[in-house]
Amino acid sequence: MKRTNLWLIAAAMLTGTAAHAEDLAVKIGVMSDMSGLYSDLGGPGSVAAAKLAVEDFNPAAHGLKVEIVTGDMQNKPDVGSNLARQWFDVDHVDMIVDVPNSGVALAVNEVAREKNKVFLVSGAASSDLTGPKCSPNTIHWTYDTWMLANGTGKALVKTGGDTWFFMTADYAFGHALERDTTAVVIANGGKVLGSVSIPLNNADFSSFLLQAQSSKANIIGLANAGGDTINSIKQGAEFGITAGGQKFAGLLVFITDVNSLGLKTAQGLVLTETFYWDMNDGTRAWTKRWQAQMPGKFPSMVQAGVYSAVTHYLKAVAALKSAADGKTVVAKMKAMPTDDPLFGKGTIRADGRKIHPAYLFEVKKPEESKYPGDDYKLRATIPADEAFRPIKDDNCPLVSSN
Amino acid sequence: MASAAETSSKTSAFPIGRETPRSLAVAAAVLVAFLIAAPYVLYPVFLMKALCFALFACAFNLLLGYVGLLSFGHALYFGWAGYVAAYAAKSWGLSPELAILTGTATAAGLGIIAGVVAIRRQGIYFAMITLALAQMMYLVALRVKFTGGEDGIQAVPRGRLFGLVDLNNEMNMYVFVLIVVLAALFLIYRIIDSPFGEVLRAIRENELRTISLGYNTDRYKLTAFILSATLAGLAGATKALVFQLASLTDVHWTMSGEVVLMTLVGGLGTVFGPIVGAFLIVAMENYLAPFGQWVLVIQGAIFVVCVLVFRRGIVGELAHRLKVRL
Amino acid sequence: MFEIFGIPSQALFGQLLLGLINGSFYALLSLGLAVIFGMLNIINFTHGAQYMMGAFAAYMLLQYFGLNYWVALVVVPIVIGFVGILIERLLLKRIQNLDHLYGLILTFGLALILEGLFRNYYGSSGQPYQMPDELRGGRNLGFMFLPNYRAWVIAFSLVVCFGTWFAIERTRLGSYLRAATENPTLVRAFGINVPRMVTLTYGFGVGLAALAGVMAAPIYNVSPQMGSDIIIVVFAVVVIGGMGSIMGAILTGFTLGIVEGLTKVFFPEASNTVIFAIMILVLLVRPAGLFGRGA
Repeated sequence: MKRTNLWLIAAAMLTGTAAHAEDLAVKIGVMSDMSGLYSDLGGPGSVAAAKLAVEDFNPAAHGLKVEIVTGDMQNKPDVGSNLARQWFDVDHVDMIVDVPNSGVALAVNEVAREKNKVFLVSGAASSDLTGPKCSPNTIHWTYDTWMLANGTGKALVKTGGDTWFFMTADYAFGHALERDTTAVVIANGGKVLGSVSIPLNNADFSSFLLQAQSSKANIIGLANAGGDTINSIKQGAEFGITAGGQKFAGLLVFITDVNSLGLKTAQGLVLTETFYWDMNDGTRAWTKRWQAQMPGKFPSMVQAGVYSAVTHYLKAVAALKSAADGKTVVAKMKAMPTDDPLFGKGTIRADGRKIHPAYLFEVKKPEESKYPGDDYKLRATIPADEAFRPIKDDNCPLVSSN
Repeated sequence: MASAAETSSKTSAFPIGRETPRSLAVAAAVLVAFLIAAPYVLYPVFLMKALCFALFACAFNLLLGYVGLLSFGHALYFGWAGYVAAYAAKSWGLSPELAILTGTATAAGLGIIAGVVAIRRQGIYFAMITLALAQMMYLVALRVKFTGGEDGIQAVPRGRLFGLVDLNNEMNMYVFVLIVVLAALFLIYRIIDSPFGEVLRAIRENELRTISLGYNTDRYKLTAFILSATLAGLAGATKALVFQLASLTDVHWTMSGEVVLMTLVGGLGTVFGPIVGAFLIVAMENYLAPFGQWVLVIQGAIFVVCVLVFRRGIVGELAHRLKVRL
Repeated sequence: MFEIFGIPSQALFGQLLLGLINGSFYALLSLGLAVIFGMLNIINFTHGAQYMMGAFAAYMLLQYFGLNYWVALVVVPIVIGFVGILIERLLLKRIQNLDHLYGLILTFGLALILEGLFRNYYGSSGQPYQMPDELRGGRNLGFMFLPNYRAWVIAFSLVVCFGTWFAIERTRLGSYLRAATENPTLVRAFGINVPRMVTLTYGFGVGLAALAGVMAAPIYNVSPQMGSDIIIVVFAVVVIGGMGSIMGAILTGFTLGIVEGLTKVFFPEASNTVIFAIMILVLLVRPAGLFGRGA
């Protein structure tokens, strides 16, 4: 592929024809967690989504030639930042997408800024990416911690879950989740009865569940992620938490976690996401095509976000006829409104935040689920203009303070 | 380690004389020549990474190959020196050489504390204690604010060396790292080939006899431990500036395992073994990065194979066959 | 109810009981390590991976053969123990005359291989393992709700630990074992097949680890990392207890479980480092460990 391009360029130079005679080469790097904790959330499914996006866009018709490379960042910031550096420096990658890990995303954010390339974050949660760390080379797609805290917290308080107890993973991310959700709960008239800080990757939650139980709060907020969330819920079922009338609120839970737990254990769990495969005909049709590459699985919002991001990126590059300058491409992406069958119509703000509606879901009971993948019932829709943090609260240096 | 001892004593018993054996001088010349030419051919960031690990492995080898103490928690000094150096450069705005010195000093301090606790036991217990200490500090790094936990300390500025040389230029950074590492390697060589080094080797061969000769072996062991920790810290602090990132990976027990691997593969108790081992393992990981978890399996397999049939390591084997000292 | 240090006594007793459960796992694992170390003078770094394999074997038995927990409890330790015997025969025997540190490195390498293979095949996120129906639910003890399964864990571990101690300290076979540890040549001269005893002992220690793994499967996440996460803590437990005696390993395991449990109540952030801190203290005061004999 590279060689063909070289020949084309040589031929073009020799014959003196103008540059537009050959296709513009664009290289997209899907950096994800291919084998670890988030491999179901992103991983090969994200690659499949990116491929679908390229296919649907039909690059040849726009004078583009798109190549996709993939890489495993193994959830380590140093691996991710090394890979990004190498991709940008040596392999001429123009854009990196996905990265379902906040630490790695923050690191790649810096590299993309330094090398003036494009970074579209679909998987990571940290709202710092549109806050103090915002960058003219980065767009934060899909979701962030503020949206999660606001969506789940507000909606629960309004529907009777007004006393909270937090089980927080004792690291920056967990504390950030707890802090954001506490603010929302209190602002909406709820009360936080207590919290406990649990070491990360702890195996046994029994002692902390006991404390949550004795607090008698009606909502137990899980300010943790991944294996910790799954363990908390699993062991919670063992101790009869939900049987005792308390509800778990997963502050960072995905459909892949729900599948991991099974409906029997996860039923009643309340969570916020921006995409559900069974939402409408558009999402269902896309899911069917995605499943051709990923049989037996259902797409997560992260993977849907990759599709949406790649589609919009290619539109911008085609309009500009160049992928070289990261800042310019991102500016173009912000200038154009977004539209795809998965998230509908949306916009991208000046701080790099992609705006679309969010949905509060509740996990169905096993008897309510009629077919495989029928996991959620929709409890509320949060309109796009309320779903994300107002731009004035960002602290983003890109946005001039008013 | 008994067999490493018997191997190296077969190849010309370490000369007590002050002149450097010709084999070492030749090997050193080859190494330096390679390192000067390399950045024009290979990716400089890769080379800098390999150099930092080479220093780390040589520092580790000082303890294992020459004193016979297997520290299974050397990532403690490597990683924490990196954290402090990164923090010093980023939040205190120190210039790179001061940041690195601060990091190295931290490693020395940690080495003193850990050494005092661990030296009390030998052999396997020593290994387990160092592992446990490193794990404890890993868990601390996970939650303490200044390390940035899972995110690590990012966007560390490389700054200007002595306020003059801009280290953001890759070639400048490479030359700086090369000089630091070569100087430290030379220092290690001088330590090995000194009366102090003689006593260390004596302790490895037969500690009781060394005690009976009147040496305070605990003090020698502790000094070697602190030296090893400090130099490992130097490697870690430099690496943090190269990558402009200090993260949990550098304090995790797998990092401790990696340095053991590098030293074992390269050659325990040789001068150049750990350097070769480091370059090899870093290159291997680079190549195998797309294969994710296979790296772990392959590393494990190399460990097993080396222990069973290849205990001398690459350089050790070479030295044995050529009957020279490497 | 009355309060102790600001925590209602109910909660405290509940936490103590939970600590005992964790302690059961520590005790089982450090017992296995102590037994292996006693006979082979090797620190079996692979212990954690063998614990993990036990949990995975239970999962696989259920997933692929539909065999339930009770079958796994018997079959898995035997199968994994047999794998251990293979490891001892093929690998450990070859290096038995070398410096013991090579044993540590070899078993470390094996642990990496095993963890890497399982991670490759199963991914990192963990597999679900359903609790056996007979042990579901629990009883309300007044001061806490104790799940039946957790009560079972404590009871069964105590039985296994006590049984092992009895076998080693009070039976004839155990006396051969102990004699062979002290003077293998002499024991061989008596016609006892020492190499076979060594192999079987290793297999037994590995079987203990696998048993702990099966017991962990229903409550902890069955993931490839579960071994490496716990083994380092168990090392600390072993250093604290000292490798001197079997009873020492058992007692230290249970006690440290309780201490960790208490820390979760009073100072939860430190609960994963408290055992290491204790290790440092013990080393400064009693370098040989609490039950150890000599350095």
